[in-house]
Amino acid sequence: MAERRVIYRQRLLPILLVAPQLAITLVFFLWPAGQAIEQSFYLEDAFGLSREFVAGLNYEALVGDTRYYRSFLTTLIFGLWVTALSIGIALILALAANRVLAAALTYRSLLIWPYAVAPAISGVLWFFLLNPTVGVFAEWLDLVGIDWNHYASGNQALALVIAASVWKQISYNFLFFLAGLQSIPKSLIEAAAIDKAGPWRRFWTITLPLLSPTTFFLLVVNIVYAFFDTFATIHATTSGGPADATTTLVYRVYNTGFIGQDYGSSAAQSVVLMALVIGMTAIQFRYVEKKVSYQ
Amino acid sequence: MIERRPLLDLLTHLMLLVGVAATCFPIWIALVASTHPPERLSQRPLPLWFGDHGWETFSTLLLTDVGQAGGVSITTMLLNSLIMAVGITVGKIAVSLTAAYAVVFFRFPFRFLCFWLIFITLMLPVEVRILPTYDVVAGFLKPAQAAWTWVEGDSWLSRLLGYEVVVAIPNGLLDSYWGLTLPLIASATATFLFRQIFLTVPDELVEAAKIDGAGPWRFFVDILIPLSRTNIAALTIILFIFGWNQYLWPLLMTTDVQMTTVVMGISRMLNTDTALPAWNLVMGTAILAMLPPVIVVLAMQKLFVQGLTEREK
Repeated sequence: MAERRVIYRQRLLPILLVAPQLAITLVFFLWPAGQAIEQSFYLEDAFGLSREFVAGLNYEALVGDTRYYRSFLTTLIFGLWVTALSIGIALILALAANRVLAAALTYRSLLIWPYAVAPAISGVLWFFLLNPTVGVFAEWLDLVGIDWNHYASGNQALALVIAASVWKQISYNFLFFLAGLQSIPKSLIEAAAIDKAGPWRRFWTITLPLLSPTTFFLLVVNIVYAFFDTFATIHATTSGGPADATTTLVYRVYNTGFIGQDYGSSAAQSVVLMALVIGMTAIQFRYVEKKVSYQ
Repeated sequence: MIERRPLLDLLTHLMLLVGVAATCFPIWIALVASTHPPERLSQRPLPLWFGDHGWETFSTLLLTDVGQAGGVSITTMLLNSLIMAVGITVGKIAVSLTAAYAVVFFRFPFRFLCFWLIFITLMLPVEVRILPTYDVVAGFLKPAQAAWTWVEGDSWLSRLLGYEVVVAIPNGLLDSYWGLTLPLIASATATFLFRQIFLTVPDELVEAAKIDGAGPWRFFVDILIPLSRTNIAALTIILFIFGWNQYLWPLLMTTDVQMTTVVMGISRMLNTDTALPAWNLVMGTAILAMLPPVIVVLAMQKLFVQGLTEREK
């Protein structure tokens, strides 16, 4: 950790200054996380009156549960689609905006505002657009012969939440790609152009490699977003259905604990998710370290 | 411009226009839907242009208690959202500023431990610790209750005031603004950001302040905070959006409809057990719910973009 040379010598004051943040962290973050870990080794009756130590039983139950596997798979498919689409579309739009320098700011204003829209609201908007009876998109799909009904079709329900999540996330990725593109030295591109490299070639040999740190960063952020922040999108629209088709891991933690009141299993699922987040954060920080040493 | 390629330019603009259209279309349809009576919204072809029902929709939402939303006006929900968003923003900035100041400018026992404890919060999003956090908030004031009973507070207070009083301490912070904000205001990212900024403050400045007799608090308030005001402003925008858009947390914390925030309240309007949802009202609420954060982003775009891309890089 970097250090300052000149400091203040007080003893009590700094402790008072960190105390609020530390207290909140301990009470609302670390304590509950510890509780989740403890709870995951117990089996509690539905009224919360008694509980029994069962060691790894909750975890064993998860390993043997095909519905849990299904949620894993759903989360993975969902995460991959959301990440690939929102990064891909954002990159194309950022490249385009970066080409038309004069109008780039206007386009930026028109493209970034969905960042401010809550995941739940974006879910509601797409839920409406694709609603079988009142949705404009559903009407258009009908015209081309596609029968859209996300209440019945699991794949269509998944497509709905993917569309809503992508629509919101493009703005974020777009901003980072645009900032990344604008930091690429002009002279590099010009030199390549003088050497007769066309836009296509320049993209693959110069732009994309130089954007790779941004892309990697966005990859991690988007996967985290798809895993955790989209709870609201799903809860407000499909409620995990039909038949579990849109039940992601986070949604299952909520469902098992709050609706099903199976606290032990919910806690065990929480612990699995914690391990996932810690893994992803570790990857993210290893990359940040690399980037610093590169500069 | 590197080279002249008119065809590619045209294609570029075309692509951007398609992107803009796809981005704005859902909002367009939401606006259109909020200006039609509900019956019109299920007749094909569906409307793509405004109707004349908009005034009615929005005055119903803002001025009356909306039955579909559980008998509360959207104005109340918007107000709750505002209180929650401002509370989270101010709280996060306050605790992060002071914590970063302590970690950078002082040496005290367990400094590294404090730093790492704050860091760990990054890895514990509310989604992975839903139930135990709920339990903590629900029973937050039980120790205070027990303490009050133990010191026989009621009888002391009654004797002091001269008449019988009973102080009712609730079990916890459910259905309160404290419950909505307090558990969310720890922030590792904000603390790191301020730490980075504070580390760049030159030693000479600190020495000069010391020589001029400025104590640590004076230095913090009169020099450090003004120095970082741009970063504070940028962070304020991002945190306001974060706070306003909370969904899972208010869903857990509130059962009283008077405490509903607008972003989570909309799902109640959607999942009515009775008839079809009143789509014109739902879409009107969606517009109202996204308006404040969108306005903030567009009005302070430069600061927002700078804050976002610099904070997370």
